[in-house]
Amino acid sequence: MIPASFDYVAPTSVDEVVSTLAEHGDDAKVLAGGHSLLPLMKLRFAVPAMVVDIGRVEELRGVRDAGDHLAIGAGTTHHEIVHDPLVRQHCGLLAEATSMVGDAQVRHRGTIGGATAHGDSAGDLPAVVSALEGTFVAQGPGGRREIAAADFFQGYLETALAADEVLVEVRIPKHDGWGFAYEKFNRVAQAWAIVGVAALVRRENGSVAEARIGLTNMGAVPVRATASEEALAGADRTEDAIRAACQHAADGTSPPADLSAQPDYRQHLARVLSARAVARATG
Amino acid sequence: MTVDGTDYTDDVEPRTLLVHHLREALGLTGTNVGCDTSNCGACTVHVDGQSVKSCTMLAIQADGREVLTIQGLADTWDGEGSLHPLQQAFHEAHALQCGYCTPGMIMASLDLLAENPDPSDDEVRHGLEGNLCRCTGYQNIVKAVRAAAVQIRQGSTKSQEVPA
Repeated sequence: MIPASFDYVAPTSVDEVVSTLAEHGDDAKVLAGGHSLLPLMKLRFAVPAMVVDIGRVEELRGVRDAGDHLAIGAGTTHHEIVHDPLVRQHCGLLAEATSMVGDAQVRHRGTIGGATAHGDSAGDLPAVVSALEGTFVAQGPGGRREIAAADFFQGYLETALAADEVLVEVRIPKHDGWGFAYEKFNRVAQAWAIVGVAALVRRENGSVAEARIGLTNMGAVPVRATASEEALAGADRTEDAIRAACQHAADGTSPPADLSAQPDYRQHLARVLSARAVARATG
Repeated sequence: MTVDGTDYTDDVEPRTLLVHHLREALGLTGTNVGCDTSNCGACTVHVDGQSVKSCTMLAIQADGREVLTIQGLADTWDGEGSLHPLQQAFHEAHALQCGYCTPGMIMASLDLLAENPDPSDDEVRHGLEGNLCRCTGYQNIVKAVRAAAVQIRQGSTKSQEVPA
């Protein structure tokens, strides 16, 4: 399978990326690690006239300590994030979940920016960044703007990014002291999650003070299990209390049907995996 | 780009995939095209020392980079014509049936051992999750990778017993 012909540029600065996007509008697609875009181009589901390769923009790479949060360059690879000492120390959930994205080869090329800007709620990172209440930073002709994770994902493969904007940074608040777990359920190694659950738990005086649960592949966008989050606030750290709260993990969701699972099975998985993830995060 | 230690300068169409460039333009057919959808790992090569699936990378993205394929692997070892310990171990442990996945398996294993020089069976299986063997010959592949790990740690190509 070979992509349709396209013009190609590989700018070395964000400003150049933005001016190229402004010039070409909807005809241009940004290429980061290529592990979402290139397969779509090979299947000719995506046929961009212009590919803007941001792989040589050095300013988009790396993890920076920005006080209360980590500022992660959109072009930082999964492999770099998994091994980054700042991420491991302050945002352990992101390190754990990212280590389960694809496989080793995919993690060497794929980037946090690409995996989130692609807007596929079956990908692991949208739900993880939602649970971490991260912020996306986009740059366009008018400068930079911040978009909260809750507003970023708008539909299946749709995000708040405009055609003339490029995602430059993902900001993840530090979660020092929070317990965390990512439970990914799939049929075979390296496959997409049939359902995934990202859990964060802040403990206080032997009980759960606050919990956040992000669901992968339970709708067109990453979903938060808000009913379970509310039930967990102030709950005992017992298996029974966690399981009871997580009975509500699929409330209000409309998960997709596909070859791997029907919606009711996905809802069952969401409840079971939420209980497992929260139990481990509460640990 | 540099491929297996040789510098190449070519004009490529932007849509040319790295694996097609290696095989068709440079004649390096040791790297196989398997599923062509970034699942199977048969096309695994190294770019700047990291394993990648060359069916999911444009040749132009490798511009200026250092590419290592299965065909250049032996030369990275002792430079005297010996096989790399991974190649030798795959041979001795009979870690292949049809052999189609083997170039990718070996290049992915090279990366695995660079990160973890002494992996357990489980760690080998997990580390090679991006490579599929449709003959399902995984048992001997795991044995071969662990045997090669011993040899690489000892810096020798001397034959070792395969761990049980």
